[in-house]
Amino acid sequence: MSRIKQCFSDLKSQRKKALIPFITAGDPQPGVTVGLMHAMVTAGADLLELGVPFSDPMADGPVIQAACERALRHHVTLHNVLDMVRDFRRDDIKTPVILMGYLNPIEAWGYAAFAQAAAAAGVDGVLTVDMPPEEAGEFTAAMNAAAIDTIFLLAPTSDDSRMQRVSEVASGFIYYVSFKGVTGANRLDVSSVATKLSELRHYTKLPVGVGFGIRDAETAGQVAGIADAVVVGSALVQQIAELAERPEVIPAALAVTIAELRAGIDKAV
Amino acid sequence: MTQVVTSRTNPSSLPDERGHFGAFGGRFVAETLMRPLDELNAAYRKYLQSPEFLAELDRDLAHFVGRPSPLYFAERWSQHVGGARIYLKREDLNHTGAHKINNTVGQALLAKRMGKTRIIAETGAGQHGVASATVAARLGMECVVYMGAEDIKRQAINVYRMRMMGADVVSVESGSKTLKDALNEALRDWVTNVDNTFYIIGTVAGPHPYPLMVREFQTVIGRETRQQIQQLEGRLPDALVACVGGGSNAIGLFHPFIDDAGVALYGVEGGGDGIETGRHAAPLCAGRSGVLHGNRTYLMEDRDGQIIETHSISAGLDYPGVGPEHAWLKDSGRATYVAITDTEALAAFHNLTRTEGIMPALESSHALAYAAKLAATMDKDKIIVVNLSGRGDKDIHTIAELEGIKV
Repeated sequence: MSRIKQCFSDLKSQRKKALIPFITAGDPQPGVTVGLMHAMVTAGADLLELGVPFSDPMADGPVIQAACERALRHHVTLHNVLDMVRDFRRDDIKTPVILMGYLNPIEAWGYAAFAQAAAAAGVDGVLTVDMPPEEAGEFTAAMNAAAIDTIFLLAPTSDDSRMQRVSEVASGFIYYVSFKGVTGANRLDVSSVATKLSELRHYTKLPVGVGFGIRDAETAGQVAGIADAVVVGSALVQQIAELAERPEVIPAALAVTIAELRAGIDKAV
Repeated sequence: MTQVVTSRTNPSSLPDERGHFGAFGGRFVAETLMRPLDELNAAYRKYLQSPEFLAELDRDLAHFVGRPSPLYFAERWSQHVGGARIYLKREDLNHTGAHKINNTVGQALLAKRMGKTRIIAETGAGQHGVASATVAARLGMECVVYMGAEDIKRQAINVYRMRMMGADVVSVESGSKTLKDALNEALRDWVTNVDNTFYIIGTVAGPHPYPLMVREFQTVIGRETRQQIQQLEGRLPDALVACVGGGSNAIGLFHPFIDDAGVALYGVEGGGDGIETGRHAAPLCAGRSGVLHGNRTYLMEDRDGQIIETHSISAGLDYPGVGPEHAWLKDSGRATYVAITDTEALAAFHNLTRTEGIMPALESSHALAYAAKLAATMDKDKIIVVNLSGRGDKDIHTIAELEGIKV
């Protein structure tokens, strides 16, 4: 069983919902990331989403754009990100790690070669924001051949046929984008998300995670009431930005936030 | 008045129904935009079959844009160059001074029919931004133009023109603060306001159906050229030459000739300081295949897949990607792509200005520079058509500054 599947299965038997923090790899500098990943797991994260820095993050708001720029100032490459995952795996063989980013760095590496390298490093899933299922045939085949789950997005604009199409090609879990917009905007409407998720459950047995707009324990709790996983990104990345000059305090500071989110989720379920 | 050409035959079957030109093109966007792109594609296909829509478009092209644009024999310049006879397709004489308006008129009519009330656009040099602000003013629609902070500094007059027409020009401070970042920001706006907003992309790039749709609105250039050269010379030209940034003026000229094997096609990229220096804007000549801004195409990128900064004297060519159809035309061998340096383009700018009294845009000057080289290798009975895609007024400050003259 894949780590992602095992993780959701364990959580289900404990009647818990997953907390998935997102950070950009190498932000604010490469040395911070692995320690921060461990700190987040210790504080209550169930899966980790690691953003792969890209020069043109079209689906991201200003907070994650700035994180990409900070990481790219240190020339963090996709190869470096896999090194970080490999490093993380020395002390954690259980927590699933998902890479989230844009297609071009993977395209530049080559799908099959990247998939093998990522699997060897201990990556469990890949989410490429600008790769809809229509274009993903070769990509999903290469990832799945290396036992890497391909996580796809669904959005408020996705109609039934798109929900069905994504459900056919997705593995691991499905990531539902809570509103029309970019990461970090403040437009979460939990009741409309709930309606859409109940429609989506007709098409898939996979766990469904919800992201975009979840900024604190309260909104995390609300989303945990309707989804299998809660993804928190910009709120954490903003905290990293504020501490960029003092990188040594970032793991402890984010651990506090993760613990609050964890409590918010556990209270709501 | 010469009648505007209305036949819309399609000599090439590409792209396929999902927007692929061979390995290139497609639709690489976040999920939120997939259904809106389907809706756009459906509306585009529907109205392209609508006689009323096409009649309104042709009326606007004739009476608002000023089409057909002349095909002008540059006799003195041809003699100066020595060799083939060179004709200029005078897109510089269009309303707003470039070919960009052909496309914005078409997309704005489509936006209106789709019930959208708000137009957004990206712009580099400002020509597409001005053309978008112009049609928005005419149709009474809200207009927001995204422009890199660096470009806003370089193109103050176009910024002022857009603002006078009521457009909100938003300065983009992210990334390299140029055209590619303006495109990113426009995509972010669209994903947020997709219900009431129509995104007018200015070139034959982006997710399907944009490369197809923009081509359709720009092929009026090639269709007119075909008819005009038949009238003037009684035959088709031997070669077509056009500059390529995103590539819309080139596709507009080339496309109606793609099935004519006897017509050679030359696309001219911004060579900047020279390909060998790495400081250029020539993805077809020196880039490689990748995915950016919704399509697979040739890109300027580093070995890790990060997009790198481009350099060209011409802001309109300063873009790290190129329309996917050009990528396909290159790989299939149907068209040839070359690069012209900043210095060569400047020389061509001066030559045409002095011999013909026509001041070309710096973008178009790249095409002229290559046409001059090509003509010199051809016999006097050969014919070249160059797309004079825009006028040079917007570039006067750039040129004066380079030459140390205070205007």
